[in-house]
Order: sequence, then structure tokens, then C-alpha cells
Amino acid sequence: MKVLLRNPRRELEVAGPISVIALLNRLDMNRESVLVIQGDELIPGDAMLDDAQTIEIRPVISGGCA
Amino acid sequence: MKCRVCRGPAVIDVRRQNANYCRDHFLRMCRDQVTKAIDEFGMLRPEERVLVAVSGGKDSLACWHILRELGYEADGFVIGLGIGDYSLESTRFARSFAEERGWTLHETSLRDDHGFDVPTAAKATHRVPCSACGLSKRHLFDAAAREHGYDVVATGHNLDDEAAVLFGNVLRWQTDYLGRQQPVLPARNGFPRKVKPLVRLGERETAAYCVLAGIDYIVEECPMAAGNRHLGYKEALNAIELQSPGSKHDFYFGFLKRASGRFLTDAEAEQNDLDACGKCGAPTTGDICAFCKLVDRAGGHEPVVLRDRR
Repeated sequence: MKVLLRNPRRELEVAGPISVIALLNRLDMNRESVLVIQGDELIPGDAMLDDAQTIEIRPVISGGCA
Repeated sequence: MKCRVCRGPAVIDVRRQNANYCRDHFLRMCRDQVTKAIDEFGMLRPEERVLVAVSGGKDSLACWHILRELGYEADGFVIGLGIGDYSLESTRFARSFAEERGWTLHETSLRDDHGFDVPTAAKATHRVPCSACGLSKRHLFDAAAREHGYDVVATGHNLDDEAAVLFGNVLRWQTDYLGRQQPVLPARNGFPRKVKPLVRLGERETAAYCVLAGIDYIVEECPMAAGNRHLGYKEALNAIELQSPGSKHDFYFGFLKRASGRFLTDAEAEQNDLDACGKCGAPTTGDICAFCKLVDRAGGHEPVVLRDRR
């Protein structure tokens, strides 16, 4: 599947099937710090992803301290 | 995963609540949490006019959207900070959001209206950009509320923001800051009341709210904030949260309930004897307020060419 990452924007190819949680673990990402999105929809942690999908892993942490 | 409320398919988990939600019940939960914060801390009365400090990011747009959904008379205020393409883009998101809904968005520009921008100020003052940025925002939000007759300024600070600030203040035992870290700062001496309606929502929830409510926001991080201490605190707290869901909530709300009162005198001592700034009339402890001093130091400098730090 195609995985879009942000900050900086880049793309990865990851072989499916794989669950959302397993994908985040494989990419060493904290599930508390990201959302997994397909189109305009959120993908829950227990969903299985397959090779045909294009998803975005969107960071949710923003950093201004003001 | 099933929705806690309707048992239909869930789209998001909120681990600190040990709950999953479908779209509609997640959006409702977010609105309920904001209502609870407003009631619990006496943030807003129904007839008050609210000015929402808007950046174009997820938190401020979610804050504005939820307040309007709850029936408050809330308008927005955005500041062009002059941080290269990032500022142009984030202001575009704020404008589009307001225009699509026919809501009022007030605007000001640091460069056009005050003669400097955040990168220039950082260079001229030899301080981190977030310092000049925060100072300018606080001053201009207060000034805009006074100028346009708003009772309250609402900001999009969420639970993660507050927990991270608390973490930093505790690490250095900054007792005056600890005394001021409240979800509501009462109006006083020419400052409008300031409220943080999102303190009961985590950052992941405000982002999810935007996605599920169809709100487009700037996802890119501020290039000047990349690698700052505040982000490091958030990452550290999320590492703890992963192992122990609810830690951020307990840390922050435990502080408010059991500890914050102990630091009030430190904060009050610093805020006594406010007078009007000799230049702009804003409340200040000195003759000239910090913002006017910043304008003097940074104003007139040519804009700094930004390099992408990401």
C-alpha cells in the first residue's frame, strides 16, 4: 500500500495485509501522536490494510509554545 | 471496534476514556467535553461575545467551530506572523474556513501593521522565535478584543498543550508561571478574560474532530517551532500516555485540583501595580509594554530570509 507521511511530506510503500496498529509499530510511531486517514475518513486501529489502499499517517502534535 | 454509545462501527479510539466512537458520537463527545470545561471553570456566559484566536491550525479552528455549534457568538482573529510560506498558508486556511461559513474573521499583519515579523524579531532580540511570536499574539489578541468590544478571548490550547507547559514549568519550578497556568484568566486592568475551552480534549481528538467535521486545516508544522522544547515535552508525555492512558489528564487536572492554588501568590505578586503603556496604553508593569519594546527593537529591519529547518 501507499503510505503518505507528513512533516516532511514523503511516501512509503508497505506490503499488506497489515493492521493499523502493526503498521504504526513497524514504522516506530506512537499511536497517541498520529491519525491514520483514508480520503476524508479515519481508519480505526484494528482495521486491516491491504496493498490496494492509499493512506495518510498524519501527525497531530503541534509545537508553538505561546 | 464498536461505538461506546450506539454499538455501531467505531472510527476512533480514545484510550484514556477506554472508549471507541463512531463519527457522530465522537463529534458529540467533543462538544460535550467543551461544554463541561466551560461550565466547570465558568469560562463563558451565553450572551458574551467571544473572539477566537485563530491560526489556521486544527486546534483554533476546532475551538471556533465547537463554540459556534454550542451557540456562542464567536468571531475569529488571525495574525500574519510573517513566517514565510507557512504564515501565508495558515492564514489562507483561516480565511477559507471563515468564508465558507460566512463567519467574521478579523486580521492583522505584524509586517504591514507593526513593521516587523517573527523571524526578524528573533534575530533582532537574540531570542527564540516562539518568544516573540507568543508575546505578539498575547498583546494583539488583547488589543483586538478591546478594539472590537469582545468580552472574552478564547484560544485553542488543548490538554496536550497544557500538560506540556505544566511539565516544563515543573521541571524548572517556575512558580510564577505555575500560578498563572489556569484554564481561565479573569479580566483585569484592561486585559479581557482569556479562556481555553479545549482543555478537556487531547490533541489527537482535536485533529480527529477536524477530519470528521470536514474542517481543512494546515497540517504542516511551523518551521520555527521544529525541534523546540515544547515538542520534546509532548513526545515525552505521549510515550508515558502510550504505556499508561490517562496520564496527561491526571497530571494536568490533578495539578488544577490539588496544587495550582499553592502558587497563586507567586503569580499575583508579579502582576500587581499594572499601569498603562506610555505608547499603546496596554497594561504593563513598566513604563513601556513588552510588545512596544519589541516593535522598537525589531521594527524597520528587513525581513529575514527563511530556510526550511524541517
